[in-house]
Amino acid sequence: MSEQRVSPTITPLTQPYFDACNEGRLVIQQCDGCARWQFYPRHVCSHCGGGDLLWKEAAGTGRVASYTVVRRAISKAYTAPYVIALIDLDEGVRMMTQLREVDPDTVSVGQCVEVLFEQWVGEDSLPVFRPVKNVVGE
Amino acid sequence: MSMSVALVGYGETALGIVPNRSPLELTVDATLAAIDNAGLARKDIDGLITCNSLVQPIMYHAEATAEYLGLRPRHCFTVGTGGGTTYTAIRYAAAAIAEGLASTVVVAMADSMRSFMTRDQAMIVQASAGHPAYEQPYGPSVPAYYALIARAHMAQFGTTEAQFAEAMVSSRAWAAMNPTAQYRELVTADDVLASRSIADPLKLLDCSIVSDGGGAVVLMSAERAADVCEKPIQLLGFGEGHAYEHVSQAQDLTTSAAVMSGQAAYEQAGIGPADVDLAQLYDCFTPALLIQLEDLGFCEKGAGGQYLQSGITKPGGALPVNTHGGMLSHCHPGNPGAFFGLTEAIRQLWGQAGERQQQNLQHVLLHAQGGIMSSHATLIIGAR
Repeated sequence: MSEQRVSPTITPLTQPYFDACNEGRLVIQQCDGCARWQFYPRHVCSHCGGGDLLWKEAAGTGRVASYTVVRRAISKAYTAPYVIALIDLDEGVRMMTQLREVDPDTVSVGQCVEVLFEQWVGEDSLPVFRPVKNVVGE
Repeated sequence: MSMSVALVGYGETALGIVPNRSPLELTVDATLAAIDNAGLARKDIDGLITCNSLVQPIMYHAEATAEYLGLRPRHCFTVGTGGGTTYTAIRYAAAAIAEGLASTVVVAMADSMRSFMTRDQAMIVQASAGHPAYEQPYGPSVPAYYALIARAHMAQFGTTEAQFAEAMVSSRAWAAMNPTAQYRELVTADDVLASRSIADPLKLLDCSIVSDGGGAVVLMSAERAADVCEKPIQLLGFGEGHAYEHVSQAQDLTTSAAVMSGQAAYEQAGIGPADVDLAQLYDCFTPALLIQLEDLGFCEKGAGGQYLQSGITKPGGALPVNTHGGMLSHCHPGNPGAFFGLTEAIRQLWGQAGERQQQNLQHVLLHAQGGIMSSHATLIIGAR
């Protein structure tokens, strides 16, 4: 057990999200009723309770809301240190991820990041993020 | 205003490392100790509320505990609200008594995370706090979830790792005076800062311990309590707050639903934070304690770091916190972790806390939380 990274169980509801990941696109739900965004995917809108959720491609950029450098991995499938972060996407939703292409000691809250996709388990990919280089005004 | 229900007895099992008792057997030990402490007999107990064991779960836990003890209660109920279970269970007991489901209720809980948890279970516990599809794959450990909250607090308010460390310094200062505490060696903030990093900014000594043990209390109507108990302890106020389940869904990483649970409890008790003489808080990780001090109104939001650093929670301070040593030092067997905050509070209110005894206690605030600072329960008790 636990020699492989944890991979999500995909359901009919969440299939579009994970299919898009495999195509290198980050899609999140927008409510057709109240126009607000939500993450994680649900069959109802967590803002208004409506049931018409549309899959929209996100810009794929956001900022680090918080982060931690895990020094003690949860299993042999994970190699410490690794950076887990909460990202506030530009659309206004928050998601957990890992950061790539970054020195763990230089991450900061508020840092601008962009999505990329990484083969996670088998053929399936998940979104991870990396710092946006040369952001003007940061 | 009170709930017209009182605590009339308490008991604890052997605490720390207890390999010769299963979790169920510990629950039985705790139940018997509490009944004995209340001066009652087993036949007097007609309600039993327990918390399931994480390492040896039983489908009908309260019923199995009753069977083991030869009890045939009118009411059995197994509560599972994570770390907050202790105080929600007390509230359910009060409701059961008020509704006439039972007249004399034991609330008991114990577990053996130290001696009976398998490697696979430990892994599951590590991972299970997270969302299975959108958090767990990224490999967060339980300390990592709390580290996300700690880091956000540092970024927003300038809180420092040395300030978090003061929660452990305070915990050990109390535990040093408690013979039942698992870790009693004094530590300094520098010791905490120098301990092994687990998930930045949390280090080993920012994390609670892992133990075996449990406790139980006996409750009955305040009216009946006056006849059987010299100094019954009244339930004065209770509140809950539930903001989210998964930390990535938290709308606010640095202010918890302890604000909501605290306000409800204060309102019912008719008191405010300044009236609290002793606080028993949920110190699973040092930042959790700091944030509760803010959210329960003991200091301004964002000032928890300076507040802890002032030494106010330590022996001799104006707001003693976790006088038994808390889960950072005393005992943390899993979901029953907060129970020892309650048994210690009763001990304090009855003047039985020995070297740790506080004087002129009117109101004790008890707080616990489940999940990643997700679900909160606050209970205010007193012997007025």
